[in-house]
Amino acid sequence: MERHYLLGNEAIAHACLEAPVDFVSGYPGTPSSEVIDVLRLRSDRAYYIEWSVNEKVALENALAAAWCGLRALCTMKHVGLNVAADPLMTSAYTGVSGGLVIMSADDPFAHSSQNEQDSRCYAHFARVPCLDPSTIQEAHDMLIDAFTLSEEFSLPVIFRPTTRICHSKGDVELGDIIKSTKKGEFKKDPRQYVVIPAHTRVLHKKLNEKQPAIKKRLVELGYNTCSINGKKAVVASGIAATYVQELIPEGISFMKIGAYPIDEAWLSGFVRRHESVLVIEELAPEVEEQVLQVAGTVKVLGKKNGYVPYEGELSLSAVAQIMEKAGVLSENLYPAVSPVQNLPLRPPILCAGCLHRAAFYAIKKVFKDAIYPSDIGCYTLGLQLGVVDTTICMGASITVASGIAHSGEPRDIICTIGDSTFLHTGIQGLMNAVYNGADITVVILDNRITAMTGHQPNPNTGVTACGIESPPVSLDAVCRACGVTFVETVDPYDITGMTNVLRAAQSRKGVRVIIAKQQCVITARRAGVKRGRYTVDMDTCTGCGTCIRFGCPAIEFADEKARINDLCSGCAVCAQLCPAGAIVREGKK
Amino acid sequence: MKRSFDILMVGIGGQGTILASNILGEACLREGRSVKGAETHGMAQRGGSVESHIRIDGKFGPLIAPGQVDLLLSFDLLEALRYSHYLKEGGTMVVNRHLVLPTSVYMQNLEAPTEDAIIAALSRFRLCLLDADQIAQEAGSPLSQNVVMLGAASYAMPLKPESVLQSVKSLVPKKTSEINARAFELGRQAAKECSF
Repeated sequence: MERHYLLGNEAIAHACLEAPVDFVSGYPGTPSSEVIDVLRLRSDRAYYIEWSVNEKVALENALAAAWCGLRALCTMKHVGLNVAADPLMTSAYTGVSGGLVIMSADDPFAHSSQNEQDSRCYAHFARVPCLDPSTIQEAHDMLIDAFTLSEEFSLPVIFRPTTRICHSKGDVELGDIIKSTKKGEFKKDPRQYVVIPAHTRVLHKKLNEKQPAIKKRLVELGYNTCSINGKKAVVASGIAATYVQELIPEGISFMKIGAYPIDEAWLSGFVRRHESVLVIEELAPEVEEQVLQVAGTVKVLGKKNGYVPYEGELSLSAVAQIMEKAGVLSENLYPAVSPVQNLPLRPPILCAGCLHRAAFYAIKKVFKDAIYPSDIGCYTLGLQLGVVDTTICMGASITVASGIAHSGEPRDIICTIGDSTFLHTGIQGLMNAVYNGADITVVILDNRITAMTGHQPNPNTGVTACGIESPPVSLDAVCRACGVTFVETVDPYDITGMTNVLRAAQSRKGVRVIIAKQQCVITARRAGVKRGRYTVDMDTCTGCGTCIRFGCPAIEFADEKARINDLCSGCAVCAQLCPAGAIVREGKK
Repeated sequence: MKRSFDILMVGIGGQGTILASNILGEACLREGRSVKGAETHGMAQRGGSVESHIRIDGKFGPLIAPGQVDLLLSFDLLEALRYSHYLKEGGTMVVNRHLVLPTSVYMQNLEAPTEDAIIAALSRFRLCLLDADQIAQEAGSPLSQNVVMLGAASYAMPLKPESVLQSVKSLVPKKTSEINARAFELGRQAAKECSF
């Protein structure tokens, strides 16, 4: 046993090595990405590992591995589970012969997500067990137990850490690494793996029959615990349980829920011994609804009567406030304090030298009064530049663009989508747009990498998750194969070239695709690309502010003149924009 | 009933707050103490405001409540003011006097607070102000400013300076070990005059 100070996701990755895992797949998504990022680069790797093109593809791969008797892990963020929901629902029927753990990382407060959905609801819906860790140590231990549980009941298990587990750190006890030696073997069994109606009806019944034993086993497993100390009780799940444990006074009973489905008899035995029960959990009232079902005349305080919010993330101070309001704490130890007002905000922005800023600049210049559907990635930050009008889910830029076009909107419609998002779920939308004759321009922002989530490779990068060379997909050929006849590839750093291609696209009808191709500025720097910095010639600068409005963090303004700071990556776009020609390569004049 | 010493480290994505928080976590392990932490991930590279919570002797959750921070380390002057409400009564602030104005100030022509105004607003706290950029240059690399900050703050933490220095040496890239050790010492020297 060794103690380490680790990120939650690093501890989870280590647990995979201890289990050991034989097969890993997933699609990057904050806050889940570091698990595969840690596992894929280990030189002692004995397991198979891949970044898949989307979560559905990832889950189907992992499911197949588990059918072959392997221990398979599939990772994604919560909204990825929507994409993978199709195989999830029926995999509960077919079951698995190895262990299948689906890590779906939830993001209360939507720190970097489009919604706050709760993966526990999916587990409930699919009737599969769900483990919900309250600390990093528990996340580590649970992951190993999740495999055992999956094998014991021949069912996929959803493992649901939240952002505050994945991206927290703590001292963790780690076990020994075991080298995976298993080889998969597919044993044919059509009644299990071919879900025609006659088979699936039987499988559905089997799934339902497993439930009582699962509930009983989960109590024994020790992740659902309770202690009776008085007439009032607090029931809490996930990280909220940890906040409660820090605050709970003597004489108050406590129940911690970390595993679902909850055994009703066990829950009822606890709840009914109290006068009132306060239920504290993030997001959906999963536990609260169960408590209400068994409560009888016991008073239940929670989301449904306004004690606990449905939205957002809980915190120590939020939980203290809830406990005080519910009469569990006599005083709020963490009274609200107000921050200093009216400070200029510092939101995340596109990097200095980012290709997206250059592409957006040209798009806005050519397509002045247009509709700009966009997608999910770094380029969603184009919102700040006024060139992102819609974002809903992965791949929904092209589909939303064609829907708006077909609805009769007379303005030009030009949408933006990243390379990884295009390969994730964009292609189907493009095919559909061509097939149904949409009149739209699509700009694929091609930076050769999945940048937002930490620079994971994709089929467009030319390497696999493990760094093995792979044939890079041709975006041009994919678009042409979908039936697009106008496909132009252009370097967005070349503002004139980019605007010319945009103008050519604007003058045509039908689906037009522009591939704005340039390496992500961070991967370029890591790869050793040095372009030399630019500087402002103070005598020539007229202080007109054109470069400032471009919005690059490398450009500052003081004493009526622009100045370029050391964030400059040498993309030279601002030099092309300056009407006075005052921006020049450093050391040249 | 407070059982942990709570440190909040704030700055701008790319300034090295994550490495600095790892160094403190490692120092806790060296002293056989428990530690919990939380930080901003994902968007950090994109120039946004970032925060790292570190709870020395922490046994529960990773987040520190506003008004409860014992020691605030800020890598930027404006961020110190933004997070100043996290500091508890009588807490300490160690602040890099360097100010990076957000790009939004230039783009939207916002009223920007001046260095003097921020320092005046911070003066009601127990404040140790230093030029970590300058000191890091002296140590041999501008990238060592995070370690300069740890050196300066080492007086105000319940950790032995040797444990922190050892952790610096074990976590920074090997070829920068000497520069960072120097950065730690220079940071300590710079903060000698501060009242902790």
